[in-house]
Amino acid sequence: MKNAEEMYPYIKIQQADFDLTVENAKLRTGHKDIGAVVSFVGTVRDINEGDEVAILELEHYPGMTEKALEKIRLEAHDRWSLEASLIIHRIGKMYPADQIVLVAVASRHRENAFHAAHFIMDYLKTNAPFWKKETLPDGDVRWVDSRVSDKEAEARWAV
Amino acid sequence: MVNILYFASFREMLGQADEQMPAQHSTVGALISELAQRGDLWKQALLENTNLQIAVNHDVASRETAIKAGDEVAFFPPVTGG
Repeated sequence: MKNAEEMYPYIKIQQADFDLTVENAKLRTGHKDIGAVVSFVGTVRDINEGDEVAILELEHYPGMTEKALEKIRLEAHDRWSLEASLIIHRIGKMYPADQIVLVAVASRHRENAFHAAHFIMDYLKTNAPFWKKETLPDGDVRWVDSRVSDKEAEARWAV
Repeated sequence: MVNILYFASFREMLGQADEQMPAQHSTVGALISELAQRGDLWKQALLENTNLQIAVNHDVASRETAIKAGDEVAFFPPVTGG
């Protein structure tokens, strides 16, 4: 059986940080038809629910997470005319200001890339199996609750 | 056998990440009913929890989803990635 990396070359789930410049360049390699690249980078905020956050830990469901992300990515390609796209999501321990997630989309014209990147992030938030656990400076550990606002953000893309 | 996985707060609350159960339940709901008999913690987490998320073989599922031998059933809370 193929591993996840071979099955889903445009989905990466990794502990390591990523380099936006490198990833954008890879996305554009071999394409002269691209007129727009939109990249979204999500980063670790130092405050959540009014409390200072010291450590953020991301857990995922190996196998299902890759499949769910690929489904979202392909849905974006169905809805908009795109030339290329990539999703990188980090797992494990991260700290305030660290990068967590990258969604990069390339298209001929900017409108499609803007919409698709926005769509992928909104869907990722509510459909991809990742769970956040945060450690506060005093050592308290808690699972992050899902937000109603994320569900509302997803709903705006309903067809 | 059916492979059962628990993620995030569920894994911690129920004290296990995975287990195997004989494939004698026709749906996820029937499997949950048996797991819920283990005690209040299980009942609250799986039976009475309106936020329960279910996946069968890596696809989003529900209590009505049919299961058979060799399937992977996962239980987890609402997702919070990104």
